[in-house]
Amino acid sequence: MDIQLIAKVWPFFAEAAVVTVEISVLAILLGLSIGFAAGLGSLSHNKLIRLPVRFYVSFFRGTPALIQLFLLYFGGPQVGIQLDPFEAGVIGLGVNIGAYMSESIRGAIISVDKGQTEAGRCLGLGHAQVMRKIIIPQAARLMVRPLGVNAIALIKGSAIVSTISLVELSYTAHRFISSTYKPFEMFILASVFYLLIVTVFSYGVRKVDQRVAMD
Amino acid sequence: MSENLIEIRGLKKNFGDLAVLKGIDMNIRKGQIVALIGASGSGKSTLLRTINQLEEATAGEIWFDGQLVNQDLPHRAREKHLNQLRREIGMVFQHFNLFPHLTAIENVTLAPTMLKLQNKSDALTSGKALLDKVGLADRIDHYPSQLSGGQKQRVAIARSLAMSPQVMLFDEVTSALDPELVGEVNRVMKQLAQEHMTMIIVTHDLRFAEDVSDHVVFLADGLVVEEGPPAQIFADPKHELTQSFLKQVF
Repeated sequence: MDIQLIAKVWPFFAEAAVVTVEISVLAILLGLSIGFAAGLGSLSHNKLIRLPVRFYVSFFRGTPALIQLFLLYFGGPQVGIQLDPFEAGVIGLGVNIGAYMSESIRGAIISVDKGQTEAGRCLGLGHAQVMRKIIIPQAARLMVRPLGVNAIALIKGSAIVSTISLVELSYTAHRFISSTYKPFEMFILASVFYLLIVTVFSYGVRKVDQRVAMD
Repeated sequence: MSENLIEIRGLKKNFGDLAVLKGIDMNIRKGQIVALIGASGSGKSTLLRTINQLEEATAGEIWFDGQLVNQDLPHRAREKHLNQLRREIGMVFQHFNLFPHLTAIENVTLAPTMLKLQNKSDALTSGKALLDKVGLADRIDHYPSQLSGGQKQRVAIARSLAMSPQVMLFDEVTSALDPELVGEVNRVMKQLAQEHMTMIIVTHDLRFAEDVSDHVVFLADGLVVEEGPPAQIFADPKHELTQSFLKQVF
């Protein structure tokens, strides 16, 4: 192992890790927004809402994220969608993870006991009121962990944006390999940074989970 | 003779191929305390749940206070119609179904404030009075997880009463309770009976049914087999199905 080389290049990896964090956080926020809308939409009584949502979820869960990203970044310009690598990365990853997050949210909502809805409706509350005040607050506790799993999958999966030339961790590893021919060191270094990001993030998820479980 | 609050005509309910209610006719007068008894699977809970349309009726009519409950309406209009009706029809469940993320008083005040029937402070005052009435004045800020089964069920009764309903439906409300906690819930129901609340009580507790009700309906296999005053049904049942049911359980 070439320790001297690692000592020399790690600051570039640290900089690249910041980009990985930025793109991940933005994509997670986008994914959560889409996930909430789609999670609720998949439970709608209205077919015009439910069916498009189902299609969205099965498309983005049923095709490779890499292909989705290429479709957006390389295919986009052909239909007038011009994005830089960062934008395409955030949107591509966010829209993809939104499909998974919507399933986590839907799962949490439907696992709240049916008796809760019945009790609310029997008091004369409407569907939306029951959702807002009775079901969602209880489902929120159940969705923290699965959403955390989704988010961590996204952080690791963000490596694919290196394929559209976005200078993040994986891209940086590849770049240094082509100049140093030391793939072992470079991939170890990238792994350490991914592990660091994921560990910090997991800790945060655990804290939030404990917090909502206590309330 | 006071007027009918609820009229049920030819009510049928199927779950898929299974006919659970096979043509029920029933009247409930204002202030009447009706006990619905019968074996498990006889349809008594289903009958109760069709009255407020937790279960949609397959055929027949349910009238409440002069309004047809199971009207064939477009989705939105039907929801609005049912929300209005359900304010008037309180329901208490076997498994309490308290809102676990809310305290006792929040459980009681949620619906009246959300539906803007009362402002926050009025709802709080009447909510406290209701919890006091069911003997839980010292538990208002407790969460359901901090309450015993009997206390939970009494909060659930207070929550229903907070809507000032015209009728209360009780669906085996003491079945999930430890035996020593049944009495405290029964006492609350008895107090409501003495205040002339209209009540329909689905129960396996025949002694309580005999004690509290003024009309008993015996169901078997989705049909009303026999009905009458408790003294007659329990002491002198006419129908042989009623006789054998009572022999088994009493």
